[in-house]
Amino acid sequence: MKTRLARHWISGSMIGLTYLAAVLATLPLLLILAHLIRKGAASLSLSFFTHMPGPVGETGGGMANAIVGTLILISIACAIGLPIGIGAGIYLSEKRSMPLAQSVRFLSDVLNGLPSIVMGIFAWTLLVRPVGHFSALAGGGALGAMMIPLVTRTTEEMLRVVPTSLREAALALGYPRWRTSLSVVVRTALAGIATGALVAVARIAGETAPLLFTALGNQFWSTSLREPIAALPLQIFAYAISAYDEWHAQAWAGALVLISIVLVISLAARVVTRSKFGAPVD
Amino acid sequence: MLQSIEVSPGARVIPRVVAPRAASAEARETATPEKPCIITSHLSAFFGDAPAIKDVSMVVPQQAVTAIIGPSGCGKSTLLRCINRMHETGPNTRVDGQVEILGSAIYGDGTSATAVRRHVGMVFQRPTPFPTMSIRTNVAAGLRADPRSRLAQENVDEIVEKALHRAGLWEEVKDRLNESAMTLSGGQQQRLCIARALATRPRVILLDEPTASLDPLSTQKVEELVYDLRETVTVVIVTHNMQQAARVSDRTAFLLAGELIELAPTNALFTAPMDPRTEAYITGRFG
Amino acid sequence: MTAVPAPAVSTDRRRLTVHETAIGDRIYEIVTTACALVVPALVIAIAIAIFAGAWPAFSKLGLSIVTSSDWDVRAGRFGAAPAIFGTLVSSALALIIATPLAIGVAIFLSEFSPTWLRQPIGFLVDLLAAVPSVVYGLWGIFVLVPLLREQVMPFLRDRLHLGATPFFSGPAYGPSMLAAGVILAIMALPYISAVSREVLMAVPRSQREAALALGATRWEMIRDAVIPYAKSGIIGGIMLGLGRALGETMAVTMVIGNRAEISASLFAPGYTMASLIANQFSEATSDLHQSALLAVGAILFVITLIVNAVARWLVWQVSRDRAV
Repeated sequence: MKTRLARHWISGSMIGLTYLAAVLATLPLLLILAHLIRKGAASLSLSFFTHMPGPVGETGGGMANAIVGTLILISIACAIGLPIGIGAGIYLSEKRSMPLAQSVRFLSDVLNGLPSIVMGIFAWTLLVRPVGHFSALAGGGALGAMMIPLVTRTTEEMLRVVPTSLREAALALGYPRWRTSLSVVVRTALAGIATGALVAVARIAGETAPLLFTALGNQFWSTSLREPIAALPLQIFAYAISAYDEWHAQAWAGALVLISIVLVISLAARVVTRSKFGAPVD
Repeated sequence: MLQSIEVSPGARVIPRVVAPRAASAEARETATPEKPCIITSHLSAFFGDAPAIKDVSMVVPQQAVTAIIGPSGCGKSTLLRCINRMHETGPNTRVDGQVEILGSAIYGDGTSATAVRRHVGMVFQRPTPFPTMSIRTNVAAGLRADPRSRLAQENVDEIVEKALHRAGLWEEVKDRLNESAMTLSGGQQQRLCIARALATRPRVILLDEPTASLDPLSTQKVEELVYDLRETVTVVIVTHNMQQAARVSDRTAFLLAGELIELAPTNALFTAPMDPRTEAYITGRFG
Repeated sequence: MTAVPAPAVSTDRRRLTVHETAIGDRIYEIVTTACALVVPALVIAIAIAIFAGAWPAFSKLGLSIVTSSDWDVRAGRFGAAPAIFGTLVSSALALIIATPLAIGVAIFLSEFSPTWLRQPIGFLVDLLAAVPSVVYGLWGIFVLVPLLREQVMPFLRDRLHLGATPFFSGPAYGPSMLAAGVILAIMALPYISAVSREVLMAVPRSQREAALALGATRWEMIRDAVIPYAKSGIIGGIMLGLGRALGETMAVTMVIGNRAEISASLFAPGYTMASLIANQFSEATSDLHQSALLAVGAILFVITLIVNAVARWLVWQVSRDRAV
């Protein structure tokens, strides 16, 4: 039998350890951010956003093509992932307990845990191999497929919060089911759904692995959907594993830009959540 | 009458509201109403295999207020929700039998629940204004969903004003029609919901314990409103409050364990119930 | 029923229109159902595409693709054992490092944190999940790897005399299994801690108060009353973190050294399935090479599928218990 004192001593030190864990767990993020800002800011300038990548051995140059490419890829992904994801989320919330709903819910979760590299090779077999060349479309498709399960689950979650009484009120008013769903249930949960969409965008904006064999990357300016396209994460990867100090510096600057984009979107998602059930539209 | 007055705490109110119109109500009511509005025949409703109401046949007259009373869980709300086909919106539900509203069978092949609900307004226990809409759009919400009222779109403002007048809310909200409906008090929200139900000019209004979540003052306003509604529309009100039934209704139905025990002119039901179970309930022996 | 009048036939002539086609509802239902069906269709399509692509390699190489550690592209030999080994070891290492930290943070946040700290710390930990993998990789290459090579590895091997064991022996390469494990630990941490925090928060107050009332110290309360209650949910969170670690590609590719060898030492470079695919897929010219890489993808797909399914099942178990 341990003494009372020993038991309290153990309790105190275990609690102390959880404090330590909290410190250790937050440390990496702070370190990463500190390094990004210190190293990235040094080579960040206006020309980084407006200029093309420079040749080896030359300082300066930018990632204008990669920034635009990332925006194009995100747009394609949203065009695919948002409507399908939101539609599937609506289905899950309307048909909550149907067998199909149960399995869709489960498979969305499974898909959410799928390694992004697997999504990359899948998109390659479907969108690259048959046409014989890499393309922005294939990259955006891979990212869009990743968005679907993310958006599906958050949409369902947000719709679930809408009280049933509102649904019933709309139905009793003679709203058809589709209209009840769209202009009352979805409309009420819109802020939440937007948050989910933003979180999904933040998540795919930094994805690299699905783009390796789809969008491929491009050292030149291209906005064609049928051509390989540059992307910020791909460019960072290529520069990081290169042997040149100038490129390493560019990689840090690119990473700072990328994480800023991701953080801004994540913060925007938080702000949108806060304004939930805001003012009426008209 | 004496019997119920002795036991009910709200007894003092009853004579004031009921007495002046008791005579006219009785004059209007005969054994069978002359102008039936809602006729249910052998109506049963189920949750899964469990029946919530069993074989209910009743006639609700036009332009009158019919109250449905009974202990909690007796199927009052389910009966009400069968009249505008809301019962079937729940999972695993089923309705047997037939309901006719003004001569149209509302269940059966080719009938549309949505179309039925346009003729039958409903107000729930708790106020349900649409949170994303303004006061004005809330009232107009039903109009927008109704293909028949496309022509009426031009005078939406007029219809909104009229509906708010009828719900006794116009004076309180006329300067803030564009504000969110969520800025209203609970009682105002409930009257807004009544205005919303009235705006589409339904033939029937169903009220499911409309004052359950309201304070006494708001309750009184809603009751006065219900009393006036009979001029133009058939009203069915579910209430757990016998005094309320006595105050606002012309006829009262007593439901027990899913069965319709008695349906009679309110006065008659409360003063001379035919069934001993009704008597037991209204004298407070159970429920 | 005595007072109920017999149902009469209404004579009102203003009949209601109760007939209407619900075409809008039909369309809406078809559209949303179609969207929902995309999800299972995607899972099936992924499985078919990858297994079809992997089939030539499976049929030609047989079991040797999992058992052989000889990966020689020019010779046409594709044994992925080192990559499978590397995936398992780096993920296991990640869990060993991340689990105590993640659970510690979760306990801190759900039990001990001052209220004003709860939001910011929770936010910072959640933010770890938002950092793109390539950024972790970049940081790994230029900060973590040099730190491990110059400080941590010599310290572990020489000061702590762990060099005597095979796990911490040999020259201190920078890019190594250890580097991969550490970076994966950081990446898996937010997933484990988010789920753990959620299930710990869900433990009823009464559970805690009962333990305290019996004279337990605060730690004993956590150990005996809170953790057992949340156990399967926490395990689910760990599995979820494992799923992340197994499939993580970029950061690992950038710090693991990419050498197809099985070594007991954590200081030695290695390979993972994901990094093998990332490195070689776009350069794979022979059909068999491509197919072998797809086969590696198929194995990875199956492993993560199982891990994620088990994780989900465990977490659902907890949330279902809570609902009852």
